[in-house]
Amino acid sequence: MEEPKITEDLIAAHGLKPDEYARILEIIGREPSFTELGIFSAMWNEHCSYKSSKKWLRTLPTKGPQVICGPGENAGVVDIGDGQAVIFKMESHNHPSYIEPHQGAATGVGGILRDVFTMGARPIAAMNSLCFGEPSHPKTAHLVKGVVEGVGSYGNAFGVPTVGGEVRFHRSYNGNCLVNAFAAGLADADKIFYSAASGTSMPVVYLGAKTGRDGVGGATMASAEFDETIEEKRPTVQVGDPFTEKRLLEACLELMASGAVISIQDMGAAGLTCSAVEMGDKGGLGIRLDLDRVPCRERGMTAYEMMLSESQERMLMVLRPEKEAEAKAIFDKWDLDFAIVGETIPEDRFLIIHGNETKADLPLSKLSSTAPEYDRPWIPTPAPAEMEPVPQIDPVDGLKALIGAPNYARKSWVWEQYDSQVMADTVRAPGLGAGVVRVHGSGKALAFTSDVTPRYVKANPLQGGRQAVAEAFRNLVACGARPLAATDNLNFGNPEKPEIMGQFVGAIQGIGEACTALDMPIVSGNVSLYNETDGTGILPTPTIGAVGLLNTLDDLIAGAPVAGEIALLIGETAGHLGQSALLAEVFNREDGDAPPVDLAAERRNGDFLLANRALFTAATDLSDGGLVLAAFEMAQAAGIGLTLESAETGFLFGEDQARYLVSCSFDQAEALTVAAGRAGVPITAVGRFGGETVKIGGSEAPLAELTEIYETAFERAVG
Amino acid sequence: MKAAVITFPGSNCDRDLAGGFEAAGIEVSRVWHKDTELPAGTDIVGIPGGFSFGDYLRCGAIAARSPISSAVLEHAQKGGYVLGICNGFQVLTEFGLLPGVLMRNAGLKFVCRRTALSVSTADSAFTQGWKPGDTVSIPVAHHDGNYTADAETLARLEGEDRVAFRYVDNPNGSMGDIAGILSANRRVLGMMPHPERAIDRAQGGDDGLALFRALAGALAPA
Repeated sequence: MEEPKITEDLIAAHGLKPDEYARILEIIGREPSFTELGIFSAMWNEHCSYKSSKKWLRTLPTKGPQVICGPGENAGVVDIGDGQAVIFKMESHNHPSYIEPHQGAATGVGGILRDVFTMGARPIAAMNSLCFGEPSHPKTAHLVKGVVEGVGSYGNAFGVPTVGGEVRFHRSYNGNCLVNAFAAGLADADKIFYSAASGTSMPVVYLGAKTGRDGVGGATMASAEFDETIEEKRPTVQVGDPFTEKRLLEACLELMASGAVISIQDMGAAGLTCSAVEMGDKGGLGIRLDLDRVPCRERGMTAYEMMLSESQERMLMVLRPEKEAEAKAIFDKWDLDFAIVGETIPEDRFLIIHGNETKADLPLSKLSSTAPEYDRPWIPTPAPAEMEPVPQIDPVDGLKALIGAPNYARKSWVWEQYDSQVMADTVRAPGLGAGVVRVHGSGKALAFTSDVTPRYVKANPLQGGRQAVAEAFRNLVACGARPLAATDNLNFGNPEKPEIMGQFVGAIQGIGEACTALDMPIVSGNVSLYNETDGTGILPTPTIGAVGLLNTLDDLIAGAPVAGEIALLIGETAGHLGQSALLAEVFNREDGDAPPVDLAAERRNGDFLLANRALFTAATDLSDGGLVLAAFEMAQAAGIGLTLESAETGFLFGEDQARYLVSCSFDQAEALTVAAGRAGVPITAVGRFGGETVKIGGSEAPLAELTEIYETAFERAVG
Repeated sequence: MKAAVITFPGSNCDRDLAGGFEAAGIEVSRVWHKDTELPAGTDIVGIPGGFSFGDYLRCGAIAARSPISSAVLEHAQKGGYVLGICNGFQVLTEFGLLPGVLMRNAGLKFVCRRTALSVSTADSAFTQGWKPGDTVSIPVAHHDGNYTADAETLARLEGEDRVAFRYVDNPNGSMGDIAGILSANRRVLGMMPHPERAIDRAQGGDDGLALFRALAGALAPA
């Protein structure tokens, strides 16, 4: 088939800027073929090349004694002792989910699961962080239903427990929802598989599902802003098949155990192109692919389509040739495709043959290493204006407003659609703080959380970036886990705008500072830019996924408060109401500064909690919604009432950081107070648990009435 | 005392179900769906939860036509024990070993939650560890658990005391709140809830262990 001529329009349609095209001409010294143009576009788009973000990502702390493998592979690898490792990553699937919520979200889950099992790990936990537009926006309910159903349909059938996540609503996401999927897996630390090919003339093997035309150009689409032509982009969204993915998982793990695998890489964004280049580039080798041998689902596919297809549930592997028969038998057992489609070659070439014609012949190492890198202009985010005074509010009315808002209502409507129990190791299911699963067959457990408060990041990217990490740290600590490491999923608007780039730079600085101070290196991550519609950006949303370790289940803090126990507040309360949930939900205001994050206090208070877990029954971290929301959630989960003495709005609803609420018996409270005094940790008795009423300051309401609001508000808004 | 747990492509609770049997001291063999024979001396066949063959046709329909199916049917016809959980229950109805069908949940959504079950009969190897009317807490996780049968079948199940468990708070619209049923010889049990997810207090409760222990007792050589 004749390939189209290269024209300016064609170059622009591939998302390549004129200077980028000039660089291509310089590299290859001739006009590229259509297939070659597609390959460059796939490798150089923002999604695959990180061209706007690389400069800043390099500043993040990525090392530590616990880190086995940091960013750059399919997922980060972290030591959990006893020769075992946890492998995890978070990745966005924002644009596809807005275009086709069910399949967009489902394939987001599928992609992140493959990132984990391509490294030899069996996935053991998943989370997802979802941001939608205002509940009243005509598209929101449809997107919520579709995304939640899509996440569930894939994870449930694959058989990984979904143990945590977030759901938030804000008008800035009206035209651009966010779907950030996290997965973690478990492997022996000495049996991790990497993507670097080694050895020449080694067979390159295609594994898994057949290649179709779905998703051609998906990564380029994901790197563009949205406008009214969005509906035309539906065919760029892939379709997920969790049944094939489950078989691919089992087949890959059997294959790895057989010793047949030299290197392996999943086909994600930009499919065959990106995976082959990655394996060759990391191994310092060239790759020759013979596309006539690629298993295709449709007839008459061109080289261009095969190289850019984003069909799901596929892997590319470099095989030990002597193991070919054994490897093929494993894939036959699972009824999956297994085809030798090429080989590694010594010279620096990416050679694509189709129908006896050379469709592409490019210097392989140049495809990723010379990808453009930009130092985009940026301006620091100006300090927020002084906050207008906040009126005092009846505290129970304030609580009702918060728990009646879908942002803070109970989200069981969402998480009950996810199988949180499969694999039979779930110790703490979604609902309160971090999710916890056992390390199968051991006494250890892993805790997972994902956090960010986008309003804070918008007002003050530095403090907001710090806060996202600090909240993740606190959520892990509050369930008794020692924080190990983190993954970041950075969702921002158009990086070509200096103010957006300023948000990015500030947030990265804050994340870096907090990760260093709290000893949580970033081991993997993903950047999603151009989250804008018709020129309006989303709230900057750097989602932090974090993992903690419990050396024994005895360390778990899972208990609910017991009636009669005292509520003690750990950490200092200044009554910071800027950018608070109270302002947003009750007064419809988003003013003031983000709460400052004192990283030394975070560290000290977290260490104090972990060191004194014998001295309290239950614990939770304080985040948006402040003391009132944290205390209510704790009491409500235990089915008991609550009394808080204060009536002061700042004290009750302020969002000061580095704070926890714990529930203690009288004797424990005394001992904990003494210990806090010794450690220099502020501690205050704020009330007690028990009864059937929630009393705050001078006002009160029956627990049953509040529970009704809390449990039905979400479904009423978007169900 | 030997269990054989079948793995179909798409099964995802096979390891969990094996763990349930093992927690009660029952020896477990794992059997691939392309096998045509059960291991010698198999006392009970376990058919696990999951999405066999993706549930892309009727749930359980393709699994019931797998190469291993004739061996399972023969085992049941000879009076062997069979336990099908969740997708396994759906497979048992497709086998014809249990009557009725599991339709889409009345709420049309997947539902994963801990549910209270009322034990309806203690007259089976599976439920003899309880008394009728006992309430146990066991999780459900399914999209198609809405037990449906014609009036005559329901009457026969009730008349023959073959309802094993009922939901206290029905999560899926099942007729008669039915969560699990027995075959006429009381040796085949299909149930939607997952007792293998409730065998250890770390999982939030261990009420499911009584089922596996009761089986171990029933299968112990006299």
